[in-house]
Amino acid sequence: MRKLLSGLATLGLIAAGAAWWLSAPRPLDAQMLADLTGDAEAGETIFLASGCSSCHRGAEREADPLVLTGGREFESDFGTFIAPNISPDPDHGIGNWSKPEFINAVMRGISPEGTHYYPAFPYTSYIKANPQDMADLYVYMMTLPRDATPSQPHDLGFPFNIRRSVGLWKTLFLREDWAVTGDLTPEETRGRYLSEALAHCAECHTPRNALGALNRAEWNRGAPNPSGRGRIPAIAGPDFDWSAFDISAYLSSGLTPDFDVVGGSMADVVGNLRQLDRSELDAIAAYILRASR
Amino acid sequence: MSFKRLLGSLALGAAIAFPAMADNDPAVETRQGQFKLFVHNFGVLGSMAQGRIDYDADLAQTAADNLFHLTRHDQSRLWPEGTDSMSIDGTRAKPEIWDNLDDFVAKFVALQDAAETLQGAAGQGLDTMQGAFGPTAGTCQACHQEYREEAS
Repeated sequence: MRKLLSGLATLGLIAAGAAWWLSAPRPLDAQMLADLTGDAEAGETIFLASGCSSCHRGAEREADPLVLTGGREFESDFGTFIAPNISPDPDHGIGNWSKPEFINAVMRGISPEGTHYYPAFPYTSYIKANPQDMADLYVYMMTLPRDATPSQPHDLGFPFNIRRSVGLWKTLFLREDWAVTGDLTPEETRGRYLSEALAHCAECHTPRNALGALNRAEWNRGAPNPSGRGRIPAIAGPDFDWSAFDISAYLSSGLTPDFDVVGGSMADVVGNLRQLDRSELDAIAAYILRASR
Repeated sequence: MSFKRLLGSLALGAAIAFPAMADNDPAVETRQGQFKLFVHNFGVLGSMAQGRIDYDADLAQTAADNLFHLTRHDQSRLWPEGTDSMSIDGTRAKPEIWDNLDDFVAKFVALQDAAETLQGAAGQGLDTMQGAFGPTAGTCQACHQEYREEAS
């Protein structure tokens, strides 16, 4: 009996050790990141394509998209996430972050203190980005206005409030590979980068499993609205019949092919993307159609 | 701002008269029909603005005239209280409309103003029409961003 108990205890320790190991943060190499030199002008394009301000600007509807004060609330099945202040304020924002800390936050979901961020922050998409683009983004974001609004804690239930558990989630679900593979034209390839790595279209347009991971078999095929009534529409599949022109025109004007005008959270997306070169929107359109097949 | 006054008095009347609204409330159907007529005309101008069809001054002017008059349609019987998306199915009108009526009305007035400018510009050439079309779309978006649910 004693032998059995000590055996079970040993197994328990091994399991706990494995869980601890599996849930550990796995950052990118700090030296590789430190060697990158960022460019603010290039970073502005990355900022617009990545939609940072859609979640991180102030909570008021008219809040300036360049003042990343945080405070917007995002309801989910796991609780309410509140976007933090990511303005370059040294005390309440990211002003004191080094470039490697910033890139590991964005591309790996790891805070400068080494804790996990929740995947409400779409590092699940940004993991596919080019670190050079993130270095550019870092330099650009440090030029934005500072704001001293303190970040608010998320309001999550057990066990989701244990950040270390996000490490296990990452082990299960965090993937670097493209969702859409095969032969892609150069335009589709550029569009895939913009859509999958930066604009993170799929984070809203793809349904999730019970643990909140995207269901790749249903890529872009529409999903319940996680933060309210209604559905996020399908942008792939048999019922999606937009042309490349329709998609590109929508992203630059907010007008559907039926001349409905964009609303809801997509209005912020259009507000950012319409500032990109039209060729970038055409590339996203080409990819969306490729992914729709 | 008679729209708001009428809206207010009617909302109260409706709340007394119809404590439990049917899902196919005629006011909801009618106001959705109104927005379809907006788009019916707005879309002509949009098609020209986006180059989907050639610019035609007469066609553009007619559409803009229609939109001008449609946006002046009295709204007082179209928004009874209890016809929001929390209370009934079949509408995307958020309850916040009735919580922030002043703002909602201001946004509707902005649409009326934009439609007036568009009416003056629509027949004056493609560039001029486009210059007034974008701001009109912006007034639509201002409301859709704040007061419309995702489609179901």
